[in-house]
Amino acid sequence: MTVLARPATRPASRIRVARRGLVVREMGILLALVLLVGATTVTNPRFLSAQSIKDLLLGSTILAILAVGQATVIITRNVDLSVGSILGLSAFGTGSLLVAVPHLPIPVVIVVGTAIGAVCGVVNGALIAAARVPALVVTLGTLYVFRGIDYSWATSRQINAADLPAGFLRMGTATLLGVPVLTLFAVAVLLVAGFYLHSYRSGREMYAIGSAPAAAVLAGIPVGRRVFAAFVASGALAGLAGVLYAARFGTLDANAGLGIELNVVAAVVVGGVAIFGGSGSVYGAALGAVLLTTIGAALPVLGINPFWQRAAVGALILAAIGLDRALAARVARSLRGRNNHA
Amino acid sequence: MPERTARLRGLIGSWDAILVLAVIAVAVVGAVTIDGVASPRFWRFVTLEAIPIALIALPMTLVIITGEIDLSVASVLGLTCVVMGQLWVSGVTSLPLIIAACLLLGVLLGAVNGLFVTGFGLPSLAVTIGGLALYRGLAYVVLGDRAVADYPTSWTSTAIKPIPGTTIPWMILVVATLAVGFGILLHAHPIGRSLYAIGNNAEAAHFAGINVRRIKFWLFVATGGMSALAGVFWTLRFASARADNGTGLELAVIAAVLLGGVSIFGGRGGLVGVLAAVALLGTLRNALQLAYVPANTLTIITGSLLIASVVGPNVAGMLRGRLRRRRGLAPTVSPSP
Repeated sequence: MTVLARPATRPASRIRVARRGLVVREMGILLALVLLVGATTVTNPRFLSAQSIKDLLLGSTILAILAVGQATVIITRNVDLSVGSILGLSAFGTGSLLVAVPHLPIPVVIVVGTAIGAVCGVVNGALIAAARVPALVVTLGTLYVFRGIDYSWATSRQINAADLPAGFLRMGTATLLGVPVLTLFAVAVLLVAGFYLHSYRSGREMYAIGSAPAAAVLAGIPVGRRVFAAFVASGALAGLAGVLYAARFGTLDANAGLGIELNVVAAVVVGGVAIFGGSGSVYGAALGAVLLTTIGAALPVLGINPFWQRAAVGALILAAIGLDRALAARVARSLRGRNNHA
Repeated sequence: MPERTARLRGLIGSWDAILVLAVIAVAVVGAVTIDGVASPRFWRFVTLEAIPIALIALPMTLVIITGEIDLSVASVLGLTCVVMGQLWVSGVTSLPLIIAACLLLGVLLGAVNGLFVTGFGLPSLAVTIGGLALYRGLAYVVLGDRAVADYPTSWTSTAIKPIPGTTIPWMILVVATLAVGFGILLHAHPIGRSLYAIGNNAEAAHFAGINVRRIKFWLFVATGGMSALAGVFWTLRFASARADNGTGLELAVIAAVLLGGVSIFGGRGGLVGVLAAVALLGTLRNALQLAYVPANTLTIITGSLLIASVVGPNVAGMLRGRLRRRRGLAPTVSPSP
């Protein structure tokens, strides 16, 4: 094993190369986003108007928050398919709560909605971490279970915007310095999650678990606890997204967020988070969410049949994972090259 | 004869047997307690509903046994429906020709999945999520939100025609034939053993001389073809081609395969359990519907069954291991099914 004989400085340079690869990846999505917005603006200058940018940000908010939670889970080599159902449950819960107690302060509403999501996340996390059941199976099961509970609760009722307090709905449209308030939630979530995963020991351990679960156990990382925490975080963020959904749309039935889980996974994958964990960042995932939303908004402006949107997303996913593969191969080759020269 | 009793106990205790017994139990209890479950009409509807799921579950079982997954199946089904409708609208009047074109389309879509997974070495979970969006998207591009529903009644009635003397649709015979074919391939053919070998350790299988990439490629092709067949049946059964046909069906199929005892990590499970799980979910759904249990409760039951099917064996295994350790015995390796 020649690896053992190498000087201790090697891992540092290796990490630098790998990190550069990641930055390149996020720059790539940003570039794609800029090109898309640029091309669309040339076609129709109004695409870059303040109102249109506000709509884009607002449209990306919910998907971006879900993508941050999903990225955290996928980085640990798991997946959470139940986020759409959690969002639905939390959105309807928030609506029902506000109908019952209209004068509840908004922060309390946010905490309750997030807590509903966190409880769902605890169920997922406990089954996955304690009973050691694959996440894909558990969250596919809870996708049905949470949605079923949502249906039983809502029983084909619908909460309309007229039933909700005006103050809460105002949060859905309010802006601060031109930026929608809901988007500020997403930015705050993104910065906190990004800082935690990048700079905290337990955050780095999430990457270690995703890179090599068995090695993480041997390194003394409490794998079960970290994976559990990732699912609780994903659940709580889906809960928060549910509250924002309620504030933005005002009309709530049991179908809120139906099928959104695949868009979320798509955003994360497009954003450069490897589906088998261990690499990528929440910033990339959030950019992926913005890119997917922008595609949806840009197609009609570009004069393309909006029915192409879904196909474009599919093609983008395939292109993104293909690109990641090529990039990873290049990083690996450059690492090998450096080691041989040393 | 201790050997025979051991084998008998193994058979009764096996997951396959539990599922088969569960189907019988649901049927018997349902027939006694719920009005209409005993009627032949009930079984006609159960079969009609189960046919597309069973068609896709057959190749999906093999795919998951090799440790891969295909989430794009329902989108392949949807795109097939749409293309079928479009062909009819644009004047192709030969049903065999349309069916052949649809199956070819499914095979091609499956080959695209297979190429990305085996040719470029990409994870099938990500590739087929891409396929899910792409193929469904193309279905919308072709037909938008329109529907094609004016097929000749001779076509639509042929698709759901019962076997003479019964109420069971004849398509079930096609499913049965294909099931026997897939069963022989998986359980009585060297290729089947290679599938388990790949699922347990793809690298070891490769070094044992198994052409892992070629086998996986053809599995994705088969899944595409079978999904297209299910799409043809779907179009004719509902006499309607729409871009959203079968949306979400991939989850129902995967739920049935996993409930059937196939490990999501590959290498374990078999077709008997999967077919029993398809029958169990179909029978339970329809019986509870007749009993006026609301659809949302059914959703909860489906999800819980899926979770229980994986949590149960895991927790039992952990408890058994703990018990054995307390008795001071070394843990033994449990035989693989």
